[in-house]
Amino acid sequence: MSTVKPLTDAEATAVIKESITRIVPDADFSLVRPDDRFRDVLELDSLDFLSLVELLSERTGVRIDEEDYPELTTLADATRFLVGRSMGAAGSAP
Amino acid sequence: MAEFTMPSLGADMDEGLLQEWLVAPGDQVRKGDVVAVVETDKAAIEVECFESGTVGRLLVPAGTRVPVGTPLALIEAGAAAGARAGSRAPAAAPHERPEPRREPAREAPRAREREPAGRPVRTAAGPAQPQPPPPTPSPTPTPTEATAALGAGPLVRHLAELRGVDLTTLHGTGAGGRVTRADVEHAPSPHVSRVRSTPYARRLAHDLDVDLTEVRGTGDGGAVRAADVRAHAGKAAGEGERERPRNGARRTAAAVPAADRPEQRTDAMRRAIAELMSRSKREIPHYYLSTTIDLTAAVDWLRRVNRGRPPAGRLVPAALLLRAAALAAREVPSLNGHWRDDGFAAASEVNLGIAVSLRQGGLLAPVIHDADTLPPDALMNRLKDLVERTRRGRLRGSETSGATLTVTSLGDQGVESVYGVIHPPQVALVGFGAVVERPWAAGGMLGVRPVVTATLAADHRATDGAVGARYLTAVDRLLRRPEEL
Repeated sequence: MSTVKPLTDAEATAVIKESITRIVPDADFSLVRPDDRFRDVLELDSLDFLSLVELLSERTGVRIDEEDYPELTTLADATRFLVGRSMGAAGSAP
Repeated sequence: MAEFTMPSLGADMDEGLLQEWLVAPGDQVRKGDVVAVVETDKAAIEVECFESGTVGRLLVPAGTRVPVGTPLALIEAGAAAGARAGSRAPAAAPHERPEPRREPAREAPRAREREPAGRPVRTAAGPAQPQPPPPTPSPTPTPTEATAALGAGPLVRHLAELRGVDLTTLHGTGAGGRVTRADVEHAPSPHVSRVRSTPYARRLAHDLDVDLTEVRGTGDGGAVRAADVRAHAGKAAGEGERERPRNGARRTAAAVPAADRPEQRTDAMRRAIAELMSRSKREIPHYYLSTTIDLTAAVDWLRRVNRGRPPAGRLVPAALLLRAAALAAREVPSLNGHWRDDGFAAASEVNLGIAVSLRQGGLLAPVIHDADTLPPDALMNRLKDLVERTRRGRLRGSETSGATLTVTSLGDQGVESVYGVIHPPQVALVGFGAVVERPWAAGGMLGVRPVVTATLAADHRATDGAVGARYLTAVDRLLRRPEEL
């Protein structure tokens, strides 16, 4: 997809936090360390998580399949995943 | 002439605060239109009317707390309303109340406005309204109604607020210079467009920095709902990231709390829950059953269905669990209904109450009506919409009552089973825990499978354990054949 642009770590983390904030408006990221399971800390249920996947793929253009969900467990994992996928997708784009 | 009364928004509601009128005398309303916002102990609810016709007198002013059943307004019959809508000269309707004429139909004018944008006019909400005559603000006797500043009625003020029109800048063409609805509708509104939307959607649009003219409405008559705004905001944010990165800070700041809800509501809700649950445990002799269900087939089916679907179209296991719970209720009708006057009354439809936990604490159980008639995709969409609006405080009155069986799912909190407390006057509550992988013996072999623990709390006055067992067995059987759900 041509809509994917390569993300830096900082950009990916920002997109993740902003997207979570859309779903949990008062999310307090001072409570979430990079390796915490943010779903547990911020109490995202399965519908919230699906909304998060929706927002992330809309905003980054990165395709996120169900098989990828385990990559979205911690902020560190999710950042790594989005950066990696955005590089791959952008690299393969014509 | 019918009375519009303070509705019962849940079995535990005795009184409600009429927070806001969304209509004024003379307005045409159709069955199902939202006419007022009522605040209960638990939430602010958008209340629909159950009659079509013309709003007559408002009997209770906004800001008043009244018991359930108190007449709030008079609705004149639909036929009279139609005749009245068609009559253009005030003289033709001598019985008419001394109110300035207002535009009769609410959809049509906005529908017209939407056309230039090249969008289809949605009429899914019901039969098309007859095209109303163009607005003719005609002089009429001075209104006797107590009116606020500038003589604008609540509807006009509401409309002005929605459109961002400053009433003080308008020249009123109504009696005594009163600002009419038409005045507001014709007023130039530089920054706010004339898009039909729910009040909450408008607030949300403002918070999220979304231009409502760009949002496709999926509500009644093409009205923009909060979900539409959110969907649009998600998209726009993705696109806008590159074009206007400076906007990010503003969005983030504005998107902070959905705190149009008073702090004390949490306390009031706590008390309401305490009251209802105490009553349940005082009056209902509960019995409890539990079974563990192999979800291999269901999980595989979900994976197949979701593969290739964009995230917005994917299903979560909860949709299948609800589907099974609803179908099983149809099979075992003696768990689906109410205990009233020392007897059980089975319900003719399956209306599932869905326990939804709120982020600020507390719990609501909005209702999916006729859940047994909705296939998984439809059920999923209803669930998403309902949960979102529940958490945002934008439930409709019809969604707060009429549950015949409640389902609670604490799986997302990581627990494996939940034994619920029945919501009287219902006679059962179904619980689902987390979907987890567990060792499972089948055909003499041990394997690892995804399983869920389904529980049933049931009223022993209405049924015995054998009936409850039949119910859980049915849920089990249904979930093993997901393709038939």
